[in-house]
Amino acid sequence: MSFVPGQPVTAVVQRIEIQKLRQEENLILGFSIGGGIDQDPGQNPFSEDKSDKGIYVTRISSGGPAELAGLRIGDKIMQVNGWDMTMVTHDDARKKLTKKKEDVVRLLVTRKSLEEAIQMMSR
Amino acid sequence: MDNESTYSGYSYKSSHSRSSRKHRERRDRHRSKTRDGSFRGEKSVVIQAPGESLLDADSPREDDRDDNWGETTTVVTGTSVDSISNEDLTRLSKDLEDSLPLGCRRYISPALGVVLGLISLITPLAFLAIPQLLWRDSLDPCGTPCEGLYISLAFKLLILLFSTWALFLRPARATLPRFFVFRCLLLALVFLFVASYWLFYGVRVLEPRETDYRGIVGYAASLVDALLFIQYLALVLLEVRHLQPAFCLKVVRSTDGVSRFYNVGHLSIQRAAVCVLDQYYSDFPVYNPALLNLPKSILTKKMSAFKVYNLENSTNNSTGQSRAMIAAAARRRDNSHNEYYYEEAEVERKVRKRKARLVVAVEEAFTHIRRHQEEDAATSSPKHPRELMDPREAAQAIFAPMARAMQKYLRATRQQTYHSMESIISHLQFCITHNMTPRAFLERYLAPGPTLQYLDNNRGRQWTLVSEEPVTASLRQGQVFSLRRLDFSLVVTVTPLPFLRLAEEFIDPKSHKFVMKLQSETSV
Repeated sequence: MSFVPGQPVTAVVQRIEIQKLRQEENLILGFSIGGGIDQDPGQNPFSEDKSDKGIYVTRISSGGPAELAGLRIGDKIMQVNGWDMTMVTHDDARKKLTKKKEDVVRLLVTRKSLEEAIQMMSR
Repeated sequence: MDNESTYSGYSYKSSHSRSSRKHRERRDRHRSKTRDGSFRGEKSVVIQAPGESLLDADSPREDDRDDNWGETTTVVTGTSVDSISNEDLTRLSKDLEDSLPLGCRRYISPALGVVLGLISLITPLAFLAIPQLLWRDSLDPCGTPCEGLYISLAFKLLILLFSTWALFLRPARATLPRFFVFRCLLLALVFLFVASYWLFYGVRVLEPRETDYRGIVGYAASLVDALLFIQYLALVLLEVRHLQPAFCLKVVRSTDGVSRFYNVGHLSIQRAAVCVLDQYYSDFPVYNPALLNLPKSILTKKMSAFKVYNLENSTNNSTGQSRAMIAAAARRRDNSHNEYYYEEAEVERKVRKRKARLVVAVEEAFTHIRRHQEEDAATSSPKHPRELMDPREAAQAIFAPMARAMQKYLRATRQQTYHSMESIISHLQFCITHNMTPRAFLERYLAPGPTLQYLDNNRGRQWTLVSEEPVTASLRQGQVFSLRRLDFSLVVTVTPLPFLRLAEEFIDPKSHKFVMKLQSETSV
């Protein structure tokens, strides 16, 4: 899932649509993210390649909108509403996810089990 | 010149070529054999070369390999027309030895040096004085230039005298088995030099009664200059050359494996041996033979495993029998390491317990005593006068409560032979006099100290230098020699120090910058 400079990134992704939940005056999605190009990739417990600076899901609050939508812990978020998430800073990712004007976020996430499933199916 | 050698027990049948053997024999004729080496206050290093092979290089060489070479090769035993045999050599050396009284041998070399030095110092003065005494009237008058030369001559002689005293007139600390090559070289050089100057002087000045006095004074001044340069050469060869480290000597004691590494410069083997021994006495912990043996209970268990009965009377079965015993012992499950481990743990525990008791006893004993302050005399009442003791009595007073604990501790660590009661009391007295704490008093007993601490300095120490190469050869990579005493030996291995290539790298002081390693988690 790491990138080779100059080559397009290919991944098997799953579309996940999360409805934001209104809690007092905040819209929450119910998960936490980690990673980013300004962070230290070596401390990411979910990435396979420890130089991968993408955005990963590090925690999911149980019963929250993200869990209901099918997001799993350790997923790497590739796109949020069409915005790329593979080469963004941590703060940029947070901003793209918490836009006040949007009720719905459509994510493209990838995880290792998807790749394995596709490989098994293609055999 | 060091002419004490000891080829004791050295077989003269060597495998070197005949011509080099002749040279050695001629040189050896001037040596005397030492019998015992314990001189007062010095170390005598005695060489004893190992027995060499009996085959001479001159034995006929077989062109085709012969399996029975042991029977067909002739051995030249060393008695031929122009070489002397071993018996002649020992007879000669015994004669030499009997002619000199015992104490003289040690002083021959310094005496020779002193005589030569005196002669060379007096020579310039003699050069100046003899014309004045013998043909004063016919000498050309020589005014200011001569006086200038006199002054410079006087000061140079003074400097020569002082530096000779400082450098060379020191008591020797070791007697080496062979000639100290550099020193002999220098003495020979000085002798040659002075002799040739006297020769020239005799032929050119004394005979024709030379009248140019200024020339004579210049001649004497040049002699003094040359002597100063020879002294500079001596300084460099004897004192300075070996200061730059070039080799690393690994010294291992054969009995208990204590090892040290020393850096030395370019030396001959015998001088390196003296260096090593100097360091040995202050670096190596004292050799304690009682600490070495595995307890008998562990070792004898192996032996009593099998009783072997000799059923057959023939003797050629003995090898088969011993082999069977060894194989059987190897097959049996070996538990002796287990016992060794537990035995060692037990001994360690015992030592630690006794050490704790000793430390407590000593600390308590030291609290009974206090240095007498002058102002106490005024404050203490006359009804309870405290008796004042000198250190010896104070030591004896506080020795009693700690004596038993000390003795048990020394027995546990097997040091009791090194410390008598008298020595403990005198050490205690020493510590009390110098205001030492109990820990400082105990430092001597808790760890085995260097060998120097246990020496009595009246006797010299006899060491034997065992080497496969002649001991005046200089150090080289891979040489091994050993220094033997009666019950242990030090094995010395020589390795050269590596050549260092230093490279340079410049760091801009402004280039030290740092970034934080971030790892944040945001919940959305």
